[in-house]
Amino acid sequence: MNWGSASEFFAMGGYGLYVWGSYAVCAAVMIVEPLRAAQRHRQARAHAALPLDEEN
Amino acid sequence: MSRTLRLFTFAAPSRFYQLTGWLLPWLWIATLGLSAAGLYMGFFVAPTDAVQGNSYRIIFIHVPTAWISMVLYMAMAFWAAIGWAFHTRLASMLARAIAPTGALFTFLALWTGSFWGKPTWGTWWVWDARLTSYFILLLLYLGYMALVSAIDDVKRADRAGALLAIVGAVNVPIIYFSVKWWNTLHQGMSVGSGGPKMAPPMLAAMLLMTFACWAYAFAVVFMRTRAIVLERERETEWVGELAGRAPALPGA
Repeated sequence: MNWGSASEFFAMGGYGLYVWGSYAVCAAVMIVEPLRAAQRHRQARAHAALPLDEEN
Repeated sequence: MSRTLRLFTFAAPSRFYQLTGWLLPWLWIATLGLSAAGLYMGFFVAPTDAVQGNSYRIIFIHVPTAWISMVLYMAMAFWAAIGWAFHTRLASMLARAIAPTGALFTFLALWTGSFWGKPTWGTWWVWDARLTSYFILLLLYLGYMALVSAIDDVKRADRAGALLAIVGAVNVPIIYFSVKWWNTLHQGMSVGSGGPKMAPPMLAAMLLMTFACWAYAFAVVFMRTRAIVLERERETEWVGELAGRAPALPGA
């Protein structure tokens, strides 16, 4: 175990900004990207449900 | 003959759609499980680095995203080329689906590298051979995406994109070997260079995070490919059945 307390963990030996700045942005991207992909899939499916003879 | 046929059935967009629909939940479970294990190893088991202190823990996300961004580029160029040469619909769709994920991984490797460089080198950015060639990778991804979306005709867009992707593939070995060929501020290879070995828990954490990122990349690329399949195959019968398409209006 590397950390005596939660505040030690978040401080990362003084490198907190750099370590958490890296991981937070990665986490944000990896949450938003699949949501966007799922949204695109839902839209494509909804569009495919419309009749073909209309101008869609 | 039947073997060949069976192999090619998965190249049919409808089969791909079905197969990946079954695979996706497992890929997301693998992503969550592997990243939980990797983060635990990386933050609680791997010791503090003697030289860099705790800033080195950025390696567990920096190296996997950088590796994968380069492999994804080769995969994108490969599928784009296959789609161009053999007119296989699914291959071109895969190439297009890989590009945004590859671009995001490239951005993340640049971002985390910058956040690692500041405390380690004292600068966010430097135009050395590794960083410059890697920045070009991001431009290639963005160029590919801009090009294919700028051309309305889907097949022509796929062909133009394939040409750009194939030519740009030259950059990937340049990135990889840049730390050997030039004197760079960026450190040499962490794995497989015959240099000092990483401590086993550090290596384990990095590998777990790499597998987690791979599971994520497959999952999100498959999700996007499935959307593209529905967009491009909209007029086919199987998509109509899948989406529950309303019948054509009589007399329309």
